[in-house]
Amino acid sequence: MNAESAGQLAWITLVVGGIITFAVITGFAYTTLLERKVLARLQHRVGPNRAGYVPIPRRGKKERRLLGGFMQPAADAVKLFMKEDITPIYVDNVVYNLAPMLTVMPVILTLAVIPWASSVTLFGIDYPYLAIAPGLNVALLFVLAITSIEVYGVVLAGWSSNSKYAVLGGIRSTAQMISYELALGLTLLVPVMIAGSLNLNDIIVSQQETAWFTILQLPASIVFFVAALAEMQRAPFDLLEAEQELSSGYNVEYAGMRFAMFFMAEYMKMIVFSALWVVLFLGGYDIPFINEAAIVSSADSTVVTILIAAGQVLSIILKIVFSLFLMIWIRASWPRLRYDQLMDLGWKTLLPISLLNVIVTGVMIVLAEEGVFNSLISAFGG
Amino acid sequence: MTIFIPGQQGDSVQELTVEELRNKIGTGMEIESEDNMLLSMGPQHPSTHGVLRLLVELDGERVVNLAPDIGFLHTGIEKNMEAKTYTKALVMTDRMDYLSPMSNNLGYILAIEKLLGIEAPPRAQAIRTILVELARIGSHLVWLGTHALDLAAMTVFLYCFREREYILDIFEMVSGQRMMVSYFRPGGVWRDVPAEFEPQMRKFLKFMPSRIADYEGLLKKNPIFMKRTKEVGYISGEDAISWGLTGPSLRGSGVDWDIRKVYPYLLYDQLDFDVPVYNEGDVYARYLCRMDEMRESLRIIQQVMDNMPDGPVNSDDRKVVPPPRAELGRSMEAVIHHFKLWTEGFKAPEGFVKVSIESPRGEFMTYLRGDGGPKPARVHFRTPSYVNLAALPTMSKDLYVADLVSIIGSIDIVLGEIDR
Repeated sequence: MNAESAGQLAWITLVVGGIITFAVITGFAYTTLLERKVLARLQHRVGPNRAGYVPIPRRGKKERRLLGGFMQPAADAVKLFMKEDITPIYVDNVVYNLAPMLTVMPVILTLAVIPWASSVTLFGIDYPYLAIAPGLNVALLFVLAITSIEVYGVVLAGWSSNSKYAVLGGIRSTAQMISYELALGLTLLVPVMIAGSLNLNDIIVSQQETAWFTILQLPASIVFFVAALAEMQRAPFDLLEAEQELSSGYNVEYAGMRFAMFFMAEYMKMIVFSALWVVLFLGGYDIPFINEAAIVSSADSTVVTILIAAGQVLSIILKIVFSLFLMIWIRASWPRLRYDQLMDLGWKTLLPISLLNVIVTGVMIVLAEEGVFNSLISAFGG
Repeated sequence: MTIFIPGQQGDSVQELTVEELRNKIGTGMEIESEDNMLLSMGPQHPSTHGVLRLLVELDGERVVNLAPDIGFLHTGIEKNMEAKTYTKALVMTDRMDYLSPMSNNLGYILAIEKLLGIEAPPRAQAIRTILVELARIGSHLVWLGTHALDLAAMTVFLYCFREREYILDIFEMVSGQRMMVSYFRPGGVWRDVPAEFEPQMRKFLKFMPSRIADYEGLLKKNPIFMKRTKEVGYISGEDAISWGLTGPSLRGSGVDWDIRKVYPYLLYDQLDFDVPVYNEGDVYARYLCRMDEMRESLRIIQQVMDNMPDGPVNSDDRKVVPPPRAELGRSMEAVIHHFKLWTEGFKAPEGFVKVSIESPRGEFMTYLRGDGGPKPARVHFRTPSYVNLAALPTMSKDLYVADLVSIIGSIDIVLGEIDR
């Protein structure tokens, strides 16, 4: 990166960061719509279809309504803004107000390291890859550190609400996140070991050179997905907001925008963990069956570079949507695990699997470096 | 332990000890340890299936102690019925078990018929059998949907309600009402079923088995569902009998007891059907029981539909059954009967009867005492939900809060029936 000046670099990072964050927050709003629509379709319903539609007049008939419900997220947001912001009198005010922010901020921060496209030149600055903080070489450590903060938000929300259901939800979340962070951290190690770097872009490049890690490392990929579901408290691990047991759990005392922030954190987490899964195991922005670097270097024109970058952004977005769809599908079809069964799964199943996987991968890598599997790995193409 | 509750002045906070709280709540539950958390689940709670309140003593997530608190839906149905004629009181029975009003109607009507010593003609018996079994399927569908929803498998819920909608449409077709049907009358039924009834029922019989297979596909072999239901909420056969459990909750504990087989009513003694019994005594066994019962109900309906007798649907006892409309213009006697029935109602002899039927939830017993007048002197119902709920503390001892929810689902209570 050959910046003209530090100030200019900071300015541009701010702009890029603003755009990406805005895009993801909009994406969050539409993730809620996606979830409601997909769930509705899976459940033999129609889903939200009133707020906003494109009327297409037809002669002699009633107009045809396309994209019914695409304004639903806006309607939801307005509703939550207009709601009375109730603070129960027996809450701990400082912590009660802090908790939603503490939940939503780490999720947004995690966005900083997700690479959206390969090297681009923006405003005369060569980005090694398109991300808010492209220079961060310990991106994965950053992700692990930041996502751990998020649990505090939930616990504090449960604690400060001074409500029994909320406390139960908060306690559940502590135990749950601790037991899943281990499995999650260990599976994160696998791509790092293969790629030899903590930088997310290097991991993607390594996947472009060999194969998507979900092919090389199917167990790790599955364990990561399951642990991520548990980490972001999605069904079937949504214990801490189990409506049927705790009548909403840790956020039961929240209303209006404070509640909306928990809601936002949940869906943003879905996007962020989907993005991480995609980056680590589904080749990130890699467009399958196309060698982008070769095209860019052979064409050597700005238009092709930008087109390829756009294609890469589209590719990662489609992969994220696929991952979101998987999560919604799981939510529609699976019952919820019990608290102790969740612990069992985390400590007795996922942790040993990921530990074993790390060891096996390590041995394989050493063997490969010795040249034993050289031919095998190159057989995966890339 | 102390609890904070908002005071009268707004920002003041009142502190209560457990002792004071217990006095305030007044369920008489013995609290084992002061360190435990007292949680009041309900009466507004998503998964207590109505306005049931449970006072739960929790050690962490573990249920140490539990006291069901009922009465939030008390409507005085039994007392109210004493102020109405026998026929008019019928509409009250719909409101008890609002998920299978047909069964309630039947229990009450059979008691009246026994008291009067009359019997409904064969066609009415057949129609009653079909509709009661249909109500059983409908009620089990609601149970399955809400039970799955309690375990967060929400798709099953909506699938179940799709089929229940079909059943309610059939009820609407025969009785004009979807839920509060009041279709069975002393001496028969309100009117014969319309012509569309048979094709609709045939269609239902055709698609329903595959739908039941669909639900089972979503739940029966699902590892999480099995984990959540197997060896949860265990009650032994002896315990179940001593708590007076009936219906699928009893048969899930390995006791073969079904009023339809033991004391047959309607056409049940002529029909070929099995009573599913499972020995495990847990939530999963009760689930299997009810799923099999739906299939058996379909078998029963199929048999009755194939041998549907012709003839009148009402007894010709003019003292009880109103005369047909056409007779009113021709017969003075018919006009008198009509007038007497509509102004005063029929008189039932002195004495009392007890009639039990197998409702979807268990044994539904009606006690009816007549004093020679047109109004019942006393009506009492032994409702299965009320008795089954009493076993909840036994089933849920030392389990988790999450299990509590699945056990409540598995004993299939209806609060309207409990509180009456």
